[in-house]
Amino acid sequence: MNHLREETTVKRIVADPGKCLACRACELACALAHADSDDLVQAIFAEGAKPRIYIESAGGLTVPLQCRHCEDAPCVRVCPTGALSRPGETGPVLAHQEKCIGCEFCVQACPFGVIRLTPDGKVVIKCDLCIRRQAEGLEPACVAACPVGALALEDVAEGAKKARVKAAADVAAASLAQSLE
Amino acid sequence: MVERKLRSVDPATIQMIELADRAEVRTAWDRLDAQQPQCGFGRLGICCRNCFMGPCRIDPFGEGAQEGVCGATADVIVARNLLKDVAAGTAAHSDHGREIVRALLLAAKGKSDAYKIRGPVKLRALADEYGISRDGRSDEQIAEELAQLLLGEFGKQEGMLANVARAPEQQQKNWAAADAVPRGIDREVVTAMHLTNMGVDNEAEHILLASARTALADGWGGSMIATDVSDVLFGQPHPLRSRVNLGVLKEDEVNILVHGHEPTLSDVIVAAARDPELLAEAQARGAKGINLAGICCTANEILMRHGIPIAGNFLQQELAVMTGAVDVMLVDVQCVFPAVTEFQKCFHTKVISTSPKAKFVGATHIEFHEEHAMETAKQIIRVAIENYSRRDPSKVNIPAVEQKLVAGFTTEVVHQILGGRYRPSYRPLNDGIQTGRLRGVAGVVGCNNPKFLHDQSHLAMVKELIRNDVLVVQTGCSAIACAKGGLLTPEAAKEHAGRGLWEICRAVGIPPVLHVGSCVDNSRILTACAEMVAEGGIGDSFDKLPVAGAAPEWMSEKAIAIGMYFVASGVFVVIGQPLPVEGSRQVVDLLTRTFEKHFGATWAFQPDPVKAAHLMIDHIDRKRADLGLPPPMYEVPYAPKTVEAVAAAG
Repeated sequence: MNHLREETTVKRIVADPGKCLACRACELACALAHADSDDLVQAIFAEGAKPRIYIESAGGLTVPLQCRHCEDAPCVRVCPTGALSRPGETGPVLAHQEKCIGCEFCVQACPFGVIRLTPDGKVVIKCDLCIRRQAEGLEPACVAACPVGALALEDVAEGAKKARVKAAADVAAASLAQSLE
Repeated sequence: MVERKLRSVDPATIQMIELADRAEVRTAWDRLDAQQPQCGFGRLGICCRNCFMGPCRIDPFGEGAQEGVCGATADVIVARNLLKDVAAGTAAHSDHGREIVRALLLAAKGKSDAYKIRGPVKLRALADEYGISRDGRSDEQIAEELAQLLLGEFGKQEGMLANVARAPEQQQKNWAAADAVPRGIDREVVTAMHLTNMGVDNEAEHILLASARTALADGWGGSMIATDVSDVLFGQPHPLRSRVNLGVLKEDEVNILVHGHEPTLSDVIVAAARDPELLAEAQARGAKGINLAGICCTANEILMRHGIPIAGNFLQQELAVMTGAVDVMLVDVQCVFPAVTEFQKCFHTKVISTSPKAKFVGATHIEFHEEHAMETAKQIIRVAIENYSRRDPSKVNIPAVEQKLVAGFTTEVVHQILGGRYRPSYRPLNDGIQTGRLRGVAGVVGCNNPKFLHDQSHLAMVKELIRNDVLVVQTGCSAIACAKGGLLTPEAAKEHAGRGLWEICRAVGIPPVLHVGSCVDNSRILTACAEMVAEGGIGDSFDKLPVAGAAPEWMSEKAIAIGMYFVASGVFVVIGQPLPVEGSRQVVDLLTRTFEKHFGATWAFQPDPVKAAHLMIDHIDRKRADLGLPPPMYEVPYAPKTVEAVAAAG
């Protein structure tokens, strides 16, 4: 059924570690976007809002990480109550807090470590691709907040095409350089 | 076009913003949009760049790093950052003050082509206060000694600032107990920068007390000296009528806009613009005259001394150029957008920078030195006259919006307007408060900030205060906002003031809102409070007076310094946008609670201007109750809270 997938637009948040300055604006924006209050101080200190995106450093680079919304998502498979599910074939993996029992199987199963519990430890929270913002025609909060454009909401197929073109250009440049030597 | 949020309540400003949109010219509001979202760490005050093991920041979610590389916690980082802001604000006001004193020295020595002693009464009063002998000496000789003495205050190494003696005893005691007595103006700024250096002061409360000391060196030092010496050099202001808003620009005259802060230049420009030779030159180019108007505080300075109209406040600086009718915009220091020079690409306006301290890319730099003030002023006016010929009439758009105002109230003038020429006194003011005809006095000051609907907070707050019988005194861009809103006229008392305040305004013939000058002139509010204390009956120290202060649309480091010196002097201060301290619960508590113990006053943060006015009135009512003063004489819309409600509100 792969030909069907080719035709469907699957958008994911794509990070460019080369651009990320580790300012953590995305973390603050993410927490605020998922809080009841629209005031940062209220959201963080009164509500205890937490981000669903994580800035980690490795190998001298800073990498923003958030849910990849895996096609065969381990978190969905291990969830005993069906609290994690995907609406439709290509939508984001969503956490339904009312079904969540806080067993943390998903936290352990996630290969990226981007699922966490709420501060009270009762239910899990994770990236929802800001579906509510997207429904209003807005970009995900982290993407909108990034001051250097290190995050983008991209069509996966288009992103792959871009990567191929870039790889082809690199190969072409290398072989051209070789032929000129 | 997408329906956009209203950006101003001022009709002239709204009109010019629409013009900017049509012309696709970017203004501060657009640049603010482009900055969204602004950095949360900066807002919370939890980033530290004081050493380069960092930059460090504290994780506000409480999970990541809770201390910098050196171990500094959020409390220490937030407090240090605030002290740096206070030091910068103090430096700005005080460096301004220094220039004025240097100009006085030149005038005293006869070394200037422009400066004379125009406030001899104030000169003599200051000489007596500071113990400078007047026997058989000319004003110039007295002025020279005064200038030397005051210059000494900047570099003072021993003892304390002379003006500390102007404060009531209780304030002096508070400062001594908190180690917050300001010693030397420059010294406090230097010490502040030392304390915030890596690994020096690492206790939040101690850092905040240092910020009080630094700010006091501004309020009772740099700013107060700037005010006093400006009065000596340029004359003591007296109430006068003038006009405000972009409509004061003239289509058929050479328009020169002065923008910035130091009256050393603007005051000389006023004199030069009246030069018959220059007028003739302007007329030869087809202009009917030379029209001078101001933006920001340099405008307030020449308004209150010469009645020069004000073109607008802080957020109108770009819009003024967009009228296409400004031939020269003359800038010196503070609050000048680097963006103003960009507008030269679309309009014929020449931006001329004048301060040896401040250059702008794209501006014409004609450096101003006090020794040749008049010569430079004339040179600048000639540039404007020449540039008038290049004005493109098709681009001229002057909004037909202007408003009358009365300005020029000072600590000294209040004696006379209230007490009369023969028995100048604060008695009637204190009496008004004691009887409850006046509920209290509020200072509403400060900037514009595009995060707030332009001018709206100033107007809403001041209207709420005066309709509740609180007399309002104003400086800076806040005064300009309310002037544009028509509140600086005696007629405004009838329309907007409560009955008690209206009775007083009617009896004395004053507006319900008094313009007391520029932002350094906030020091006038301190000296006026000292007069109220000295007159007696409404509290023997600042913290007992039924008074409060506010800066609803503040944006500058200078505003932080001003707020801090008022709080440290015992005056409750509420500001619109919170200080960048909310990343530390301890610092918030210190500023909004513990400072009461040290200084008898606290900070409060309240973005809603009417709610903020109510906080001020609650405070005033509490002070009235503490003094045993009666409730307001007449019924007021915002009634005093019952004792129980006050207790419940803390």
